[in-house]
Amino acid sequence: MSDAAHAHDDHGHHARPSGVMRWLTTTNHKDIGSLYLWFSFIMLFAAGSMALLIRAELFQPGMQLVQPDFFNQLTTMHGLIMIFGVIMPAFTGFANWQVPLMLGAPDMAFPRMNNWSFWLLPVAGILLMSSFLLPGGASAGGWTMYPPLFIQGGISYDLTILAVHIMGLSSIMGSINIITTILNMRAPGITLMKMPMFVWTWLITAYLLIATMPVLAGAVTMLLTDRNFGTHFFNAAGGGDPVMFQHIFWFFGHPEVYILILPAFGIVSQIIPTFSRKPLFGYASMVYATASIAILSFTVWAHHMFAVGMPVAAQLFFMLTTMLIAVPTGVKVFNWVATMWKGSLTFETPMLFSIAFVCLFTIGGFSGLVLAIAPVDIQLQDTYYVVAHFHYVLVSGALFSIFAGIYFWLPKWTGHMYDETLGKWHFWLSVIGMNTVFFPMHFLGLAGMPRRIPDYALQFTDFNQIATLGAFIFGFSQLIFLAVILKSIKGGARAPDRVWEGAEGLEWTVPSPAPYHTFETAPVVK
Amino acid sequence: MGLAQTDKYYLPQPSLWPIIGSVALLLMAVGGVMTMREIDHGGWVLLAGTAILLFMMFGWFGEVIRDSEAGRYNKQVDSSYRWSMSWFIFSEVMFFAAFFGALFYTRVLSVPWLGEGDTMQQLWPAFQSTWPTAGPGLTADGFRFTPMGAWGIPAINTLLLLSSGVTVTWAHWGLKKNNRMQLISGLAMTVALGATFLGLQVYEYHHAYTELGLTLGAGVYGATFFMLTGFHGFHVLVGTTMLLVMLLRSIAGHFTPGHHFAFEAVSWYWHFVDVVWVLLFILVYWMI
Repeated sequence: MSDAAHAHDDHGHHARPSGVMRWLTTTNHKDIGSLYLWFSFIMLFAAGSMALLIRAELFQPGMQLVQPDFFNQLTTMHGLIMIFGVIMPAFTGFANWQVPLMLGAPDMAFPRMNNWSFWLLPVAGILLMSSFLLPGGASAGGWTMYPPLFIQGGISYDLTILAVHIMGLSSIMGSINIITTILNMRAPGITLMKMPMFVWTWLITAYLLIATMPVLAGAVTMLLTDRNFGTHFFNAAGGGDPVMFQHIFWFFGHPEVYILILPAFGIVSQIIPTFSRKPLFGYASMVYATASIAILSFTVWAHHMFAVGMPVAAQLFFMLTTMLIAVPTGVKVFNWVATMWKGSLTFETPMLFSIAFVCLFTIGGFSGLVLAIAPVDIQLQDTYYVVAHFHYVLVSGALFSIFAGIYFWLPKWTGHMYDETLGKWHFWLSVIGMNTVFFPMHFLGLAGMPRRIPDYALQFTDFNQIATLGAFIFGFSQLIFLAVILKSIKGGARAPDRVWEGAEGLEWTVPSPAPYHTFETAPVVK
Repeated sequence: MGLAQTDKYYLPQPSLWPIIGSVALLLMAVGGVMTMREIDHGGWVLLAGTAILLFMMFGWFGEVIRDSEAGRYNKQVDSSYRWSMSWFIFSEVMFFAAFFGALFYTRVLSVPWLGEGDTMQQLWPAFQSTWPTAGPGLTADGFRFTPMGAWGIPAINTLLLLSSGVTVTWAHWGLKKNNRMQLISGLAMTVALGATFLGLQVYEYHHAYTELGLTLGAGVYGATFFMLTGFHGFHVLVGTTMLLVMLLRSIAGHFTPGHHFAFEAVSWYWHFVDVVWVLLFILVYWMI
């Protein structure tokens, strides 16, 4: 098997363009994976800077730094970019690098389309970021784009809508590529139930993306025609209903939540067994739990809308289905803990981030359960409790898993070990910073502080100051992460093929760094 | 059969087409927004973007066709195309689902809500919440329209599309029997039926705008009517274009009885467009 893996460049590979043309025209899954990851990292700093501006403004009550409208632009763009420009591209980057390596495939199923899926993202990025410079500034209607506010805005709202269309196109093409690769390009012997958990989670994520991104496209298309072509989808005077947008949006939006977390589950499910030196506990139940979460995710969307005035029967239905999702999620948390149980544990940086993921994501999951209770949600809707909840699942959930995955596979990608000391600094500052920002927000929300408002009543000052302090610790500690990555690219201890002692899977049978072309002849897996 | 099968999965060379497509979409988005916002020269930017996109599609699909005809696609590549086309059609189903969902939501839920309750009685006392409607505000302002009937052009169009599903299948049988005459004439009939459908739909839209007062702005009925039938019509245009390409390729001697997935993909797509039309005919035209 390793012979096949090492035999590369043996049949006249096409001359690769150099310089910037290499990256513009590449059809190589590793190049494209790196592009996705770097794009995501740059956007993390862009949207992270917006978050720091938000937190700086909120350091004190009263208006200090920014105008209220600009504050709204910041919260809107921070949300849109973090979701569509950071978390989703990062996971797609992981999929590009790892899925072919884990399945023994020579590349993705459609290498040219793979390139386009990536190169659409900078187009959307340009449309979104340039809107800050236009008259009226960027979109300020919130990342959820609710009408009527989103219908009333200026030119950047149109740009945002088209950016969403283009990001959707990118996601759909990327997902069709990933799903086809997984279903059709597995090396002989890798049956579905032998696939690494990361591949399973991406198979299901790709399905969710293909099912929901077109629905989002439909929703924003209706916004666009309501804005520019005189339709009345969301206008009661014409027989439409603004709440209809919320239904269509969240039919996309809730599965989207799982799009943002299932690949995280996959990454953590690769890392915890490695550093526990035990196989993943309950592999099959993990697969079934992932599939159950995906199916249930289509039945819970209106828990985002308990306050809009739905019939009680609908509120009860959505409340109960939402709580039901805690069951498969609980199965997963149990399995991760059971994998560590009596394992031979070591605590390298990827493992630290994964353990933090399990603990902190669980906190975010529990606050989600609190919000799922319709009568409680009526109180907490649009308060900082909601902000605390989704940052626990998105920062200490999705983003921490991305950190963990980068540390885990970086030696395979660059051929060098990363700096473990700096990695630990990054971990501890991130975990302390993250909790300092978001834990006090639970109290702020319970006390009634509304989200998306640039000013607040005096009694919220202390917790806001703590949160702002934490935000700056968390934000600036990401520079350490950048340093770690650059250092590992430039040099460091040589990484062996099997980077980690307990690592299992095909990607650890190829050299580090992984050669440009791998598995041109499929390996045989028993 | 004729084509050489390679043992390795075909990996294409680095390609400029995707980045050309990205430039095209950037220009189209910027030009589109400029046009909608009535900024000078927006139309030209949009046109340039569209031209580049068409150039990219010619170039890119041309490359794929040459790869295929050169026998670079083995069974596994063929299977990738089958999976991807199926998932693509699924994504299209979900796109239409958003608009059918809007139709369902307004007809079954939100329009009836507008006719009941004290608030609505205060706002729009005269409003009768029946379907089709232009909505309480527009109706109160004196806006009137006539809904589109089912048994004129829409019924003829139903016949045309259903027949085209038969002709494309007949063409496929011809291809599998290596009867090129049957393949080419079947495809030609299908293209003609698709084009006739489009012509009739253009006529129908003109009739709606000029004689029925039925426009995009005709409340939620006009909005759902034109968005559903409009996006469907766009899909018919795309499908007819793809069928035309299949026709030209058939005339050029492409495809063998054992290797012709492009043809099958287009016919899958065509059947999908057909099914959407039947739903449209029943839910949009007939049941009003």
